[in-house]
Amino acid sequence: MKLSHIDKLESESIHIIREVVAEFDNPVMLYSIGKDSSVMLHLALKAFAPNNIPFKIMHIDTTWKFKEMILFRDQIAKTYNLDLIVHINQDGIRNKISPIKNGSKIHTDIMKTQALKQALDKYKFDAAFGGARRDEEKSRAKERIFSFRDKNHRWDPKNQKPELWNLFNTKINTDESVRVFPLSNWTELDIWQYIYQEKIPIVPLYLAKTRPIIKRDGMMIMVDDDRLEIKQNEKIEQKNVRFRTLGCYPLTAAMESAATNVEEIIIELLETKYSERQGRLIDSDQIGSMEIKKQEGYF
Amino acid sequence: MDLKAFFEKQNNKKQLKILTCGSVDDGKSTLLGRLMYDSKNIYSDQLTQTQKESEKYGTQGKKVDLALLIDGLQAEREQGITIDVAYRYFETEKCKFILADTPGHEEYTRNMATGASNSDVAIILIDASKGILDQTKRHTFILSLLGIENIIVTVNKMDLIDFNQNKFEEIVKSFTEISNQFKFKIEKFIPISALHGENVFTKNKNIPWYNGKTLIEELEDISLIEPEDDFFSMPVQWVNRLSSNFRGYSGTISSGKINIDDEIFILPSREKNIIKKILTPSGQKEVAFKDQAVTLTLSKEVDISRGNLICSTNKDNLFTSDQFASHIIWMSKEKMLPERNYIFRFINSQTIGKITDLVHKINVNSFDKLASKELNLNEIAYCKVALNKNIVFNSYQKNKRLGSFVIIDQFTKQTLGAGVIDHELRRASNIAWQKMSINKKLRSSISGQSPCILWFTGLSGSGKSTIANIIEQKLHQIGKHTYLLDGDNIRHGLNKDLGFTDTDRVENIRRISEVSRLMIDAGLITIVSFISPFKSERKMARDLVEKDEFIEIFINTTIEECEKRDPKGLYKKARAGKLKNFTGIDSIYEKPESPEIILNTQMKKAEELADEVLTFLKKNNKI
Repeated sequence: MKLSHIDKLESESIHIIREVVAEFDNPVMLYSIGKDSSVMLHLALKAFAPNNIPFKIMHIDTTWKFKEMILFRDQIAKTYNLDLIVHINQDGIRNKISPIKNGSKIHTDIMKTQALKQALDKYKFDAAFGGARRDEEKSRAKERIFSFRDKNHRWDPKNQKPELWNLFNTKINTDESVRVFPLSNWTELDIWQYIYQEKIPIVPLYLAKTRPIIKRDGMMIMVDDDRLEIKQNEKIEQKNVRFRTLGCYPLTAAMESAATNVEEIIIELLETKYSERQGRLIDSDQIGSMEIKKQEGYF
Repeated sequence: MDLKAFFEKQNNKKQLKILTCGSVDDGKSTLLGRLMYDSKNIYSDQLTQTQKESEKYGTQGKKVDLALLIDGLQAEREQGITIDVAYRYFETEKCKFILADTPGHEEYTRNMATGASNSDVAIILIDASKGILDQTKRHTFILSLLGIENIIVTVNKMDLIDFNQNKFEEIVKSFTEISNQFKFKIEKFIPISALHGENVFTKNKNIPWYNGKTLIEELEDISLIEPEDDFFSMPVQWVNRLSSNFRGYSGTISSGKINIDDEIFILPSREKNIIKKILTPSGQKEVAFKDQAVTLTLSKEVDISRGNLICSTNKDNLFTSDQFASHIIWMSKEKMLPERNYIFRFINSQTIGKITDLVHKINVNSFDKLASKELNLNEIAYCKVALNKNIVFNSYQKNKRLGSFVIIDQFTKQTLGAGVIDHELRRASNIAWQKMSINKKLRSSISGQSPCILWFTGLSGSGKSTIANIIEQKLHQIGKHTYLLDGDNIRHGLNKDLGFTDTDRVENIRRISEVSRLMIDAGLITIVSFISPFKSERKMARDLVEKDEFIEIFINTTIEECEKRDPKGLYKKARAGKLKNFTGIDSIYEKPESPEIILNTQMKKAEELADEVLTFLKKNNKI
């Protein structure tokens, strides 16, 4: 029997997830509520069946996520009986950091990068799963599956351990850690195909619906709550939109769409001409920006 | 659009892992950019981004530099070279490709080996205007070593030689002369121009004499042959007993297939058992196949742990041994020294081990075999390996998963090298331990002592021998049995064949460690006074004996002080360049991180320091 492409990816990911549980003392799965996280969680459920997932699931909450994302997160945690931790950078709350006032760069750094480091230090996790894929962005194409971080959580692209066969070097010294990317070899289309075939639940924001939208810097931003101040030249329009990626709502661009179910999304995706990271403002800060963020400790 | 039909087609697409070998100068990044671009796997905003970058870094004037679609990291972009392995994803009507992009410069052999370890097919790029270079030979050798059976040789930049057929044929001929020395199953040659897209996706009229397939057609048509009759094997990755009423053995099947009710054996114990249930990613099934990540339950409860192997045969298709012969690729700036302990990582198991014999190094450009005592970054050698415990393995040629390993540094935890197993060495099973009636405890009880090693380490002239000598006298006075192994004295006899290179220093300490172990077994308090500059070898000596038997004593005297004392006039000679590899001058000394005792000779007299050691021995019930 020949395994299909998706079957191979699925088994490879499960192997990686089990390897972490076999080799590390205190792993955690980072859960961003997005479609990739949903697939990763689904794979973890399979890896340990018929038993529960033997590690914590952590969400780094920037407090600027779409309301629907938080609802969905809590629902999933309940359904699968997950050991969920939600971490918020309280320093950022005290300093009233906002993506609108401080810009995407500072907001992402404090509420995401710094928050993640705080949480990893607090719980002393030695391995953290992330849902990043190599096809997302050029600098990620060179990322290892087991990506080594020093005690300051920094990624050094020139000092990565070579990864041969599926023999992962899981050895680390005290205070060092790894980020593990079980979805490294999946493409965006693979993710959608898997969601479709396995009927994996996803946040309804991925599906088109009439939503309140303003246009800002050439992108459509959803007005999710009243923290988004509407400028004079802007006006709220009701538009049929959906999101290709999910993050902080003021930083996530919507796209006009009529796709109201997974099948229609996939058909739209097949016809589309834009790559998915374009919906995220953090990349366009400067050329190579994702790479700089990774070195600082962003996923 | 019928999505169901679409995905059915997607599921029937073959997955092919490919590797490209060549350097930037051969136009490799351009070829990859071309593959992505012509297969329409590039979105328009990525193209816009590349246009922006082409203006800043590009080499094609105003035109889009396709190579920039590929190069990822900023530093590389600015230098215009690829420095690591990058993975790319694209698909065509028939095939899904995972492409490992690895650079071809000499210093990057390790990256190419990494890429090759994860690939089924290799594309070798040759610059038509330059012909076969040393790197082509190197690529061929590494591909063969890593078991790549299908290669496609693309002769690129045909436009630069006016699509000349004779020149192409010449290159094919000289390549075949090289590759004949290896056993590739499929070998194809295609004249292309990546820059202009000729014979990559579309046939071009500039090369009317070429009637073969385009590159993409060749790739799509390759069929990977899996041996059908292979026996079932699965290394246990993890034991699932998360709930009390369930015990399952998880792992990825490394060969063959398995049905419920099949009889299986557990290696290395060879115990028989029966498969009860098979949990695959798509639920409980009757049967599972190679490459599937499954969880098996057995009808009899037995003790199975990570690293054991579940297997359909108990014949000698697999090896259980602690020694084997293998080819090793060294990937670290820290050179490999025979006899030094490293962590050897196999699929689902790991153990301490060492390279006992570096049989020969291989010059990857000429394929000559060379004698060598050490292995440097990007060098390849044929070696014998000895491990601290038995593992179950196969030869790499028979099974890549069960025949490969990586070598990890015990301290930095860096990956230092990788290896492929050629065959087992049987010496291991022929030598059995003789059981003796009088043991260590009985021997040492006569003189009311617990045997231990007092391991003195420190620079030359630090005071090791002076203090060691006083301690031995004091122990003798109170009726304890001792022996003092002194660095200089041992070099007159047992170790007189050894010099002062790093390789010889490692062997020097290995022999002393083994001698100390024998002395401990004889029940003696063994005093070792050696510079012993490397922490790896001190750890090796420590690991040879019981935990509380090894007492590391660091004589903490500064190099300035040692040089001032210079009792044997050695520092003077070393400074004058008359003595090579002198510790502290042109050979390193690695300070112990957590020795049991630190002695400071600049603060206290030797007599006092000796008493400190005796106090330690009393406190720890050694005397």
